[in-house]
Amino acid sequence: MLQQVEGSHGIAEAVALCRPEVISAYPITPQTHIVEDLGAMVKRGDLGNARFMTVESEFGAMSAAIGSSATGARTYTATSSQGMLFMAEAVYNASGLGLPIVMTVGNRAIGAPINIWNDHTDSMSMRDSGWIQLYAQSNQEALDLHIQAFRLAEAVSCPVMVCVDGFILTHAYERVDIPEQKQVDEYLPSFQPRQVLDPNRPISIGAMVGPEAFTEVRYLEHHKQLEALKIIPTLQKEFHEKFGRDSGGLVSGYRTEDADTLIVALGSVNGTIQDVVDEMREDGVLIGSVSICSFRPFPLAALREVLKKAKRVIMLEKSFAVGLGGVVDPNIRMTLRGISKPIYNIIAGLGGRAITKKSLHEVFDKAIKDELEGTHFLDLQWDIVNKEIEREKQQPRSGPIAENILRDIGSVASDIA
Amino acid sequence: MFQVRIHGRGGQGVVSAAELLSVAAFKENKHAQAVPNFGSERMGAPVMAFCRVSDKPIRLREPVMEPDALIIQDPTLLNQVDLFHGLSEKGYILINSTKSFHELGIEEFVTKFPKDHLTTIKATDLALQHVGRPVPNAPMLGGLAALTGVFTLEALAEAIREKFPGQVGEANIAAITEAYESTKSIMNN
Repeated sequence: MLQQVEGSHGIAEAVALCRPEVISAYPITPQTHIVEDLGAMVKRGDLGNARFMTVESEFGAMSAAIGSSATGARTYTATSSQGMLFMAEAVYNASGLGLPIVMTVGNRAIGAPINIWNDHTDSMSMRDSGWIQLYAQSNQEALDLHIQAFRLAEAVSCPVMVCVDGFILTHAYERVDIPEQKQVDEYLPSFQPRQVLDPNRPISIGAMVGPEAFTEVRYLEHHKQLEALKIIPTLQKEFHEKFGRDSGGLVSGYRTEDADTLIVALGSVNGTIQDVVDEMREDGVLIGSVSICSFRPFPLAALREVLKKAKRVIMLEKSFAVGLGGVVDPNIRMTLRGISKPIYNIIAGLGGRAITKKSLHEVFDKAIKDELEGTHFLDLQWDIVNKEIEREKQQPRSGPIAENILRDIGSVASDIA
Repeated sequence: MFQVRIHGRGGQGVVSAAELLSVAAFKENKHAQAVPNFGSERMGAPVMAFCRVSDKPIRLREPVMEPDALIIQDPTLLNQVDLFHGLSEKGYILINSTKSFHELGIEEFVTKFPKDHLTTIKATDLALQHVGRPVPNAPMLGGLAALTGVFTLEALAEAIREKFPGQVGEANIAAITEAYESTKSIMNN
């Protein structure tokens, strides 16, 4: 049914339709509304016998999720930012043990400086953890990906993160189509676990593995993700047949067919990019864009197929490896190995910095003229940066950077003169 | 596409107002997107929220840079926030105040906007009178509906009834109705 709801509410409804048996979570902005909604549903009895576990921390949330998933219960949790870091050890354990937990990441920056706004640093910090990572472009896709995520997780016995841009999606009210329970039941069969902790048939899970077998266990984690590469397009197709919507998949292209220039991005910024693509197309520019939905497993072949014909590729990302450049960018270079073409990397939207159409037009124009440096920071205020660098040169005790810069920027009143 | 930017302070229902607007537009089969732009939520801090309305699906995720209409729930923000940034020359301005634009000291500034796109609304008074709390958000929406014609009073009332069932909703509907009618009568004079 079509509804005008907050993104978080849409996600909570989708998770509820997947009939989770255990939800363990610790609140952290901007993910909080999702688990609050689910908590209310459990309390009202809307989710049958589902248990909502309030835990003492994110580490507790993921540890409880590991325990419940190992007993064969369909398990869900959600987190953001520092919460993701706090549960990091257990995140690796969940994937290492092959437990098909589904977790929403309400994407948010990581401090210091403390910042509650959106970028992809949190989920990217766990990109090598062995979890599958899917990125949603819109609230409809966020909702749909959760339904696909449980099916995918259980098919390969591997946990899945559904990454949803904090505030931009989680707190946005927009139109979503919330499916019927019957449809979801037909799409998502009941959970058939590969391994179960059962007092009647005791086994242990989580053996210590030495050099004799560690590489093999790790390789099998990789094997699962390679299997997922094959399953994700099938799940997308079946989802389309059942629900009549295109959601998910490995990558999705927009006006790529004859494009000389292709922009690659993850998540909600794809919407803004598509608007810019349309505007530039009206001016005769052959440009298109590609959304990477599945970042792990990384769709090397599918992406190479889309990108190979373009003259240049622009990787625009909300993540930044300090001391190197983009986080996603090296993946693109690996995708295009052996094909020679300029690849530009734009770091944008860090800590919630708005990514505007105006700035995108300017930077894409530059890239098309091949005038862009290898790694470009969108809308970086060089005057502010240079002032601080100068201060550090001049004053031995120049003080904390964040405080200095905030003082330099000051506040801006209304221009009514 | 019609874009609204709402300015106020934490506790004044800025975010709820944008959400209600989006639901009202949805009720009339339009596509709508409401997004808050708030920081560490605390009472009294400047808060902004946006609502976009369109006949087509909305993909754009940037903040509202060039609003068609501005709702200013607290005129004391004038000296703290760049309220009018990006407002088009045909833009609408609604300010919650018992004062006139002249008394607010911005009479000269607003001359560049069409006269019938400007109004002040005593929204806090209306809220106190009908709802019993100084939350000006709903009456401002009534004024917006009257001034712009982009939203109908009926759809707004339906949205409020859905979000706040019972007496709170009805009291708010009474407040927006009075704001709507008084704005209409000012426009007709």
